[in-house]
Amino acid sequence: MNKLIQIAVGMMGAAFTSGAYAAWETNLTKGVTDISHEVYDLHMLVLYVCIAIGVLVFGAMIYSMIYHRKSKGHKAATFHESTKAEIAWTIVPVFILVALAIPAAKALIKMEDSSNADLTILVTGYQWKWQYEYPEEGISFFSNLASDSREASARDSGIDPATVDNYLLEVDNPLVIPVGKKVRFLFTSNDVNHGWWVPDFAVKKDAIPGFINDMWANVNEPGIYRGQCAELCGKDHGFMPIVVIAKEESEYNEWVEQQLASAKETEAAANKTWDMASLMEQGEKVYTTSCVACHQAGGQGIPGVFPAITGSAIATGDVAGHLDTIMNGRPGTAMQAFAGQLNDADVAAVTTYQRNGLGNSVGDMVQPSDVKALR
Amino acid sequence: MNAHVADTHEHHGPEKGLMRWITTTNHKDIGSLYLWFSLIMFLIGGVMALIIRAELFQPGLQFVDPQFFNSMTTMHALIMIFGALMPAFVGLANWMIPMMIGAPDMALPRMNNWSFWILPFAGTLLVATLFVEGGAPASGWTMYPPLVLQTGAAFPMLIFSVHLLGFSSIMGSINIIATIMNLRAPGMTYMKMPLFVWTWFITAYLLIATMPVLAGAVTMLLTDKYFATSFFDAAGGGDPVMFQHIFWFFGHPEVYILILPAFGIVSQIIPTFARKPLFGYSSMVYATASIAFLSFIVWAHHMFTVGMPVAAELFFMMATMLIAVPTGVKVFNWVSTMWRGSMTFETPMLFAIGFVMMFTIGGFSGLMMAMTPIDFQYHDTYFIVAHFHYVLVPGAIFSVMAAVYYWLPKWTGNMYDESLGKFHFWISTIFVNILFFPQHFVGLAGMPRRIPDYSVQFTDFNMISTVGAFGFGLSQLLFVYIIIKTVRGGEKATDQVWEGAEGLEWTLSSPPEYHTFTVQPDVK
Ligand code: HEC
Ligand SMILES: [Cu+2]
Repeated sequence: MNKLIQIAVGMMGAAFTSGAYAAWETNLTKGVTDISHEVYDLHMLVLYVCIAIGVLVFGAMIYSMIYHRKSKGHKAATFHESTKAEIAWTIVPVFILVALAIPAAKALIKMEDSSNADLTILVTGYQWKWQYEYPEEGISFFSNLASDSREASARDSGIDPATVDNYLLEVDNPLVIPVGKKVRFLFTSNDVNHGWWVPDFAVKKDAIPGFINDMWANVNEPGIYRGQCAELCGKDHGFMPIVVIAKEESEYNEWVEQQLASAKETEAAANKTWDMASLMEQGEKVYTTSCVACHQAGGQGIPGVFPAITGSAIATGDVAGHLDTIMNGRPGTAMQAFAGQLNDADVAAVTTYQRNGLGNSVGDMVQPSDVKALR
Repeated sequence: MNAHVADTHEHHGPEKGLMRWITTTNHKDIGSLYLWFSLIMFLIGGVMALIIRAELFQPGLQFVDPQFFNSMTTMHALIMIFGALMPAFVGLANWMIPMMIGAPDMALPRMNNWSFWILPFAGTLLVATLFVEGGAPASGWTMYPPLVLQTGAAFPMLIFSVHLLGFSSIMGSINIIATIMNLRAPGMTYMKMPLFVWTWFITAYLLIATMPVLAGAVTMLLTDKYFATSFFDAAGGGDPVMFQHIFWFFGHPEVYILILPAFGIVSQIIPTFARKPLFGYSSMVYATASIAFLSFIVWAHHMFTVGMPVAAELFFMMATMLIAVPTGVKVFNWVSTMWRGSMTFETPMLFAIGFVMMFTIGGFSGLMMAMTPIDFQYHDTYFIVAHFHYVLVPGAIFSVMAAVYYWLPKWTGNMYDESLGKFHFWISTIFVNILFFPQHFVGLAGMPRRIPDYSVQFTDFNMISTVGAFGFGLSQLLFVYIIIKTVRGGEKATDQVWEGAEGLEWTLSSPPEYHTFTVQPDVK
């Protein structure tokens, strides 16, 4: 009951102090780009127009319901047309609409002009994660839902989402961009349609397999901006958030250097020969970020949708067949080709892990060099 | 032979028992079948909505898994649109159009029997997908590829069910058009037809024009999945976006198919209880026709984020905004009909006024969404969910309820319980707003639609919304009770039923004979 009262009071409060605290946020964000400000202003403009028309129409209705009722002895008039009135309420709305359409068209043309960008980032949607590539800098990485959110979101996890930082809005590897630069995003998808949306940038575009869309943002203030996949993309559609960190240019450049250095390290690691324990350890990590959404934590899969790995004829059979499934996927199913997503060491590790973990015990190992040979 | 059969039927009442309903060619029987079917589907779809809202009561997953959640959103929409709303309107058309235009029955009574009896099979097929391997379709009712192609054993059932539903609608529409064109009573010119007849006339053309398009689109999905075509597969030279264009070329007129008959109903009811003729009859007809026309050239506003040329986005934005004009005309006409009337507020009038107000709220959010640059923010959020539920629940569904209260005394010969009816209206209205209004807020604040779990800042409004959902859902049990009670008895209704009602249906007895207007009346 207390909760109910709280809710009722909160709702009234929210209506008047919109945005006083985040939980009762009732309006569109203003965002942090010039475009998002323009979009916000347009939103408020059309909202006020609607409210004004609403007051007139509902006002007339309510007045009439109060005064023109039979119980008050009101006698019905007999008029049933008025050419003048009818022309007026056809023409006046047209003018209002034109007045709304002009600024909207201007804003739209600006939003769609992604020429002369300072930086281009390719965003690829996957079931259920994002890949970010910086073609000029040579950086590429995947961005998955943060593991604490994933754990808490499991059914009956026993973890209260309120205790998780940025529940469902946190990722392992956020996208990093410089402020004050025109950043052009190219969108595509590896499997089904996704939608890349960051409300603070007023950027939402579908990522569609086989096609490339674009949109751009020029962020004014450094900060962390969060969004989510907007286009239904299957089971974990609600679990592929977007986090963008906008940094001052110097900090951004540092970040780029770091990324390039750590990519070299990983490459070196891939060339050595691994022992069983480290393969299993690394394999479990890869499995929990890349495979668990479908094949499930214990490897049991979801009957009829995603096959089990535990006891799977493929995962306990011939290594070549197992590697082939993982690297090339199964076209036409949700099983993606991981050759392009994981490096040699990770493929080797996850394959080894599937063969010797999750209730399987084949006993053999796959080395990065075996994977390299198949590329 | 046919003439002979028809002859013997005229002198007998209905057959006895179950066979009456299976073999019936009587428009009243078939109308009732449609309406009962629709009510059952409404309850099934409603339970699914409650499962959705229960899961969304708080963050985290409590009741269902994400895949099943997606099945629920998909099935809820398909069942409510194709199982509850469309059959409800066809049922009303069956009952009322012959009685309103002074016709003895529908023009094609045997086909009428078929159009109905396909439905239970289509509906069963659809609901049965819940029990097959891989679960029910979970790709959204819009069935976008490539996602929909990941559906398991339910996939062909879904496609076949859509085909059957399409057949049923097309046959129903042909029948309605044939009836209106050929069976009007002498003197019932087109511009004298009641607006419900007019709106259905136009709706029937929309159905005939668009259902085959949907059938084509889903057939292409079928061949993409099983026969190695690549209509929608970029890797094979196809285009997944093309599906969206084809789907919404059907889908946008479809939303008007769900609302034009509602406009018709409300245009019947408001004059009755305002005791004043409908304001601007002919502009109502022209507005309906313009809306129907515009509905064919605005489809891409459902897919502004799909990546279209700016010119196309501008075109679809402006065409969409233009729909506000004829829609506004309708609302202004209804208000003018009420203006200086002598109003009473029986249940049908309450639902009709509720319709006008809450449909208009949905219309406002529609205008906002028409504006492409801001739609980039609204698209695929709960703001959209709030919008289309405002036009479909306190919009279309309220109109069906208004119609049921308005004509139930005519159909059954018994008055429904007025105070229960009013109570039903008030609790429905209060809960439906508690249910859907907060969804505007969470949508603007950034909550995407079709997600089973959300980040914690959306919790409070979702809780409110869920409370509203259960309240609204339970209120509908009262509706079922009122209907059953009225069918079984109650205060006898007069033939006129409502003091201010005008039209041929009110010249008949309450309940009407099994066969009415076997001699057509003369309309002056
Ligand atoms: C988006 C969901 C998804 C993800 C993520 C996924 N898989 Fe799969 N996987 C599938 C599906 C679906 C199949 C069945 C394909 C078929 O029908 O042939 C499958 C099949 C397999 C098989 C063959 C199993 C059998 O018995 O047929 C293996 C091995 C496999 N996946 C390994 C992996 C590995 C390793 C990863 C992570 C790197 C992974 N999968 C991630 C969906 C997924
Ligand atoms: Cu996605």
